[in-house]
Formats: sequence, C-alpha cells, structure tokens
Amino acid sequence: MTPLEQYRALLTILYKEIHRFMRIWTQTLIPPAIMIMLYFVIFGTLIGKRIGQMGGFDYMQFMIPGLIMMSVISNSYSNVVSSFFGQKFARSIEELLITPLPHYLILLGWVLGGVARGLLVGAIVTIVSLWFYDLSVNNWSLSIFVVISTSILFSLGGFLNALFAESFDDISIIPTFIMQPLIYLGGVFYSIQLLPSFWQTVSLANPILYMINAFRYSILGASDLEALGFSINYAIFMIIGFIVLFASICLWFLHKGRGIRS
Amino acid sequence: MKALSISNLKKEYAGGLQALKGIDLEVSQGDFFALLGPNGAGKSTTIGVISSLVTKTSGQVKILDIDIDENHSLAKKKLGVVGQEVNFNQFEKVGDIIRNQAGYHGLSFKEARENAKYYMQKLDIWDKRNEQARKLSGGMKRRVMVAKALVNNPELLILDEPTAGVDIELRRSLWDFLTEINNEGTTIILTTHYLEEAERLCRNIAIIDSGEIVENTSMQELLTRLEEETFVFDLKNPLQTLPDNLGYQAVLENPQKLKVTIGKGQGLNTIFEVLSNSGIQISSMRNDTGRLEELFMGLVDSNLNGGER
Repeated sequence: MTPLEQYRALLTILYKEIHRFMRIWTQTLIPPAIMIMLYFVIFGTLIGKRIGQMGGFDYMQFMIPGLIMMSVISNSYSNVVSSFFGQKFARSIEELLITPLPHYLILLGWVLGGVARGLLVGAIVTIVSLWFYDLSVNNWSLSIFVVISTSILFSLGGFLNALFAESFDDISIIPTFIMQPLIYLGGVFYSIQLLPSFWQTVSLANPILYMINAFRYSILGASDLEALGFSINYAIFMIIGFIVLFASICLWFLHKGRGIRS
Repeated sequence: MKALSISNLKKEYAGGLQALKGIDLEVSQGDFFALLGPNGAGKSTTIGVISSLVTKTSGQVKILDIDIDENHSLAKKKLGVVGQEVNFNQFEKVGDIIRNQAGYHGLSFKEARENAKYYMQKLDIWDKRNEQARKLSGGMKRRVMVAKALVNNPELLILDEPTAGVDIELRRSLWDFLTEINNEGTTIILTTHYLEEAERLCRNIAIIDSGEIVENTSMQELLTRLEEETFVFDLKNPLQTLPDNLGYQAVLENPQKLKVTIGKGQGLNTIFEVLSNSGIQISSMRNDTGRLEELFMGLVDSNLNGGER
C-alpha cells in the first residue's frame, strides 16, 4: 500500500472506532461523567471538607488530576479491549485480515480509537471538575504529553488483552482484578506519603502511581514523586518504555496471528 | 498468467490434524472454477490460507503471480473473499460496512462511495443502505457480503458457499450476477455443496478430499466420464404402466414423468424412436439433476477406499 492508501485505511479504522463509541454514547461517555460527578460530590464536597489538606492542596484539588487520569486509563483500555474482542467474536476482524492492511496499521487504528475515547472522556471529566473547583494548569505541555502517552499505553494494554481473550470473561478479568486495584492504590485519592514506609516502597512498584503523579505534577506543580526522591523524567521514561514494550509485543503477536488466525 | 497458483500447500493444526496434505492447484485468469469437497475436506482451510485467515504450515500461494509471503499487500489488493459465515458488524449500517471495506483497501472516500453505490445497486441492496445490517434477511446479508468483497474491484473473487441456505430466487440472481462479472474478466473460485450450481456456472473443477486434490479437470471432461446419464421426460398423455420392450432402464415417476437412464454408448435418437413406437408422446425433456453428484460421490468414495480413481 502507498503511504496515501495507508493514511486512508487508517482514517477508515479511526472513523469506524470513533463512530462506534459515539453511537453508544450512553454507555461510553455518560457513565464516566456521572461516576466522576458522584466522586466529587461524595469524596470532594461531603467528605473532602472534613479531610482538609492532602499533599499540600485542598482535597478536591488533589483528587482532580487522579480522577481525570483514572477516567483516561480505564476508558482507553476498555474501548480497545471491547471493540477488538467484539470484532474477533463477531468474526468481523476477518474484514481487515483479508485486506492489504499491514499489522502496524491495524494496531495504530485501534490505539488511536482508544486514545480518542480516553481523551474525550478525560475532557468531559475535566469540564465536570471545573464545576466543582476552579482548576489551573501548571504545565500544559507536560499534562498533554502525560495524558496522551498514558492513553496510548493503556490502549495497547487493551489490545493485548483482546488478542488473548477467548471469551467475554477474559476481557473483564484484567480490568477488574489488576487495573482497578492498581489505579485505586496508585494515589488517586490519597498521597502515598500517608502510608507507612513499607507500603510506600510497595506502592513504588505500581507503574500507575508514576502516571498519576506525573499528571498531578503537571496540573498542580507538586506530587508525591519528588517528595519520594523521583524526578518527573523518571515517570516519563517509564511510560515511554512501557509503550515501546507493549507495542512490540502487540506487533509480534499480530505477526504470529495470535488470537486472530487459525 | 495464473489467477491463483498453489504449490505443495500444507496445513497442520495444533493437535496434529492435517487439513491440507500438500495440495497443488492452478486457476487460470478469467476462469470460473469450482472447488468441491465434502465437509472437512479442506476447502475452507485452502481459502483461509489464500486470504490470510489461516496460517499455512508450508507451501507457496501466488495470486496473479504475486507471492502472498513476499508481497502480501499487493497480492491482497487483487483479492476479494466472500466467507462462509456473516463476518461484518451487524450493528453497522449496510452502506457503512461496504464503504469501510473500500477504505481498508486504501480507496479514496469518493472511490469508496462510488464503488459501494455501484455494487449495492447491482445487488439490489441500495434501498437498504441506511439500515442496520442485523435487520436484514439472511439472503440480503449474503448480498452485503458479496458487495463488500467486490468493492475494491478484485481480479480474483473467492466465494465460500455463497448460496448456502438462501432461497431459489436469490440463488439464481446471484448466479446471473456472478456470470456477468466473470464475463467482464473477474476470475471466480466457488466452493459449494450444490453441485448443480458448480455444473451450471463453472468451467473447471477441482475436488478436494481429506486434504488432497483428488480431481482437477474441466467440467466438460469430468462429465464425459459418466458411464450413464439419466433424462427426465415429461409425457404429453398420462401413462399408467411402462411398456415391456423399452430396452432402457426406465422408471415411471408419476403418470406424466418418465425417467430413463441411457448408457454412454447409447444415443438419444434411439430412445425417441423407441418411445414413439410405444405410443408415448413427449412434451419436454431435461437432464436429471445430480449427474455431477454421481461423479463426485464416486471420486470421494474411491479416495476413501485407497485412492483408486
């Protein structure tokens, strides 16, 4: 395929992916907005006032970057895993496999679809949060970079999950038993400096902690990372490293036909 | 140039099942080719390998002289495949499904729209373009599958049992359509369980059984191998019993339908004379369906019994 043909094919996949989640907007866009609103009302307004300061900020202010990242992570992942597995399940993935599309374009199309939904939901959550708190951004370029790269990473994760999934149960195991605990324990609602030293060390093994804190730093100008002696560059390096690793694994399995060819 | 060239193609599934045992097959450009075989013979696996849905164990596949391993992208541009089962997202609109397929091939939005419109009109689904595919009947979904496979104007079209489970009207309209695009130059490979369909449409035929090609010849040559052939005579006047001295193996199916089996050496002229002398008047005559079926069963059975052919 010529570069122009590849570009058209990529746009087709992206259009189809965006059209898919927009068609079911009541399932894809509204629930995260409602859930985040409830978090703000319950944890931010009602309980947050009693909590007072967290990490040197109002609790609501502290929580907002974490909630935005939580929405971006879970929606990027779930968009790709459900869409790609759905195509496998309905055998409509065959539509793509019989075309001249190279594997990297299939992967890129789905990842961009996941990023599109992740960013859209992230934007909705940000708008909702502005109703509750007058937020200002410390470093725009860093916040955009972190949110996009994290969305790419979890879209790749969703793709990998979908490649291996053989039933609908398989696409909910990782989000439920691995991702949700890591997100909740990654410092969305609390500063890990509150934890005893042993659990602080354990928390540092959670990669999502670095992503949430890098984003928090980009918004608020401070996070747990520097307090624990890690630079933001370390978090950025980690995100990029995981992206390269996951993309390579996805392409390898696509090349091998894992989960998509007999 | 060959539209399809397969050499020593093998496929062994995990668990040891040898679906293809080193098949060789060539299909000329412009041909209408039948690939027949019983269930599990290896037809769909062969198509799966050609279309990249199945990973081959070894062997070579070329589409219009392009090796699918060496230039996968170019080879695929020339290919259209209608799978055995519905393989599109049924929640999408018919028009979107077909236009998106064109987009995957890298066609511009304008080309995609024009091609989609052309094939939807040709296949009588233009009125359904804004309907969700899941609301269509089985036959209509088949038409969507065909339109989708053709939207990139492929030079080689492979249809895996395209008329399975569809009504006679649709089957005949699909036959006409396929004949038309074949006449315009598209090479067609058809697998089907309806042997009269293969007989009617295809010029050349291969029969695959247990992962091996057991016959590969022209339809005409294959049919000349029939030792005997059965004809159906519609009688002008009802007949209650058959005359004793017909000299042919004959069965009176009902008072107005006579089936006569004629050996290879016997001409048709004699049977008319014999029937006429017996006072039997014929209003029309046709070939009994199933003559290819007899050959097919013979070839498959002989392969099953040790490869005598």
